[in-house]
Amino acid sequence: MKVSFYPGCSLEGTAREYGESIEQVCETLGIEIEEIPGWNCCGASSAHCMDEFLSVALPARNLFLAERVEQDLVTPCAACFNRLKTAEKSLTGASKMDVGIPVQGKSKVLHILEFLTQEGVVETIEKHVKSPLRNLKVVSYYGCLIVRPPRITDAKHWEDPQALDRLIAQLGGESVFWPYKTECCGGSLVLTNVDIFRRLTGRLLDMAKDAEADCIVTCCPLCQTNLDTRQQEIGSAVGITYDLPIFYFTELMGLAFGLQAAGKWFRRHLVDPIPLLRSKNLI
Amino acid sequence: METKSISLRGDPRFREVVVEKVGEEIFACYQCYKCSAGCPVSFAMDLLPHQVIRSVLFLQKDKVLSSRTIWICASCETCTTRCPNEIDIAKVMDVLRQMQRESGRPAYEPKVPLFHAVFLDSIKRSGRIHELSMLRTYFFRSGDVREKLKTGEWKNDVKLGLKMFLRGKLKVIPSRCEGIKEVRKIFERAKEDKRI
Repeated sequence: MKVSFYPGCSLEGTAREYGESIEQVCETLGIEIEEIPGWNCCGASSAHCMDEFLSVALPARNLFLAERVEQDLVTPCAACFNRLKTAEKSLTGASKMDVGIPVQGKSKVLHILEFLTQEGVVETIEKHVKSPLRNLKVVSYYGCLIVRPPRITDAKHWEDPQALDRLIAQLGGESVFWPYKTECCGGSLVLTNVDIFRRLTGRLLDMAKDAEADCIVTCCPLCQTNLDTRQQEIGSAVGITYDLPIFYFTELMGLAFGLQAAGKWFRRHLVDPIPLLRSKNLI
Repeated sequence: METKSISLRGDPRFREVVVEKVGEEIFACYQCYKCSAGCPVSFAMDLLPHQVIRSVLFLQKDKVLSSRTIWICASCETCTTRCPNEIDIAKVMDVLRQMQRESGRPAYEPKVPLFHAVFLDSIKRSGRIHELSMLRTYFFRSGDVREKLKTGEWKNDVKLGLKMFLRGKLKVIPSRCEGIKEVRKIFERAKEDKRI
C-alpha cells in the first residue's frame, strides 16, 4: 500500500521521534509513505487568526501537489490535518472559495491515527506485535483538532473517541479511562500566555495521575511537546513530580513490534520513559 | 413592557461583516451558555463566548474588539462543536481577530497577534516553519528576552533549549522548501485579496 505523506514542520524538529517512529512502523506494516515534494507549511493555528485567504491558500497548495498522484494523503499532525480538511471543504463545498489554486478534492485527507486504525490496516497490526505492552497503563489523549469540529474532521466520535484506546489494547497495553481525552492543552498559548497554558496542561497531567496512568499517549506534535517539555516546569510550580512519559502512539506501536530503533526515539524525550519501561520489563 | 433598543447605538456594518463570514446561524443564539460552559479558557476571559455572540448581535464592536477573549481563545473548537444552533463560534473569534488587526488599534494581548505575525513571516521567508529562528524572533520582538533577563527566568529557558538541542529536537539549519516562490505568490495574493 502506498500513500502520500504531508509531514508538517514540527516533524523536522520538536517531533523528530514521531517522524522516525512513523517511518519504521509503516515499513513494518508494508505501507509505503511518499513525502509530497515541495510541500509548504499549512499556516497552522496562526493563519486562521490573522488572514482567511492564507488559512485556505497555504494548505490548498499542498492539496494541489498531492492530487498529482492519486492516493490518500496522510498527515501526522493534528493542526495540519485540520487545516488541510478545512481547505478541502472550503474549496470543494457548496460555497466554493477561490484562492487561485485548482483543488478538486481527489486525495482523501487522513490523520495518521485514522489511517492506521481504519479497516484493512488495523487488522494487520496484531500479527506484528512481538512484545505486548503488558501492564502498561495508558491514558489516550486525542487533543482538539483531529476530532473537532466534526463537520470538518468527519470524526464519528468527537466527544469520546476510541481509536487510540482500542489500539493500545491491541498492542497488549491497558487503556485506562479518563475524562480528558479531548480537552485542550493550550496549544501555542505556551509561548504567549504561559499562566493559562500551565493551567490547561497541568490539569491534564493531574487527571492522568488521578486515573493512575503510567503514561499518556498522544497523536499530535504540539500536544506531546507541551506535555513533555513543560512537565517539569509545571510540576515544580506546584511542588509535584509528575514523571509521566508522553508517547506518540507510533512509538508504542514500534515498541510492541519489537523495533530496535525504539530506544533511540525514547532518548529524545525530556521525561525519560526508560525507567518506566524497564520497571514493566518492556525493554 | 418597556423595551430598549441598544442595537441602534452600535455599528451595523460590523455585524454584517461577521454574519457574511460565519453565516446567519449566529442570529439563532439563545444564550444557552453551552459554549461558555465547555470553554477551557473561560476562566481567563473578560467576555465569555456567549457574551461575545450577544455583543456582536448588539453591534458592540469596540467592546468585542478590545476584549482579552478574542486573543486568549485557544481555537480548540469545543464551542463550535457543541453549539446547539450550529454557530461556528470559533470562526466568529477568527473573524473578530482579523477585524481587530485591520482596525490598527492595539490588541489587549499584543503578544498573541505578534506571535502569529512572526509565524506567518517565517512561512513567507522560507515556506516552512523553522522553529528555532521563529522562536528567537518572537522572543526578541515580544520583549520576553528583556523581561526574562530581569527576572532570571532566562536560565530556565536556556536549560530547556539545551535539553532539547541535546536530544536532537532543535533543527539548527532550516530546510529548504522548493516551492518558496509559489508560497510567496500566495502571500502576495492574500494582500491583494484584502484590498478588494
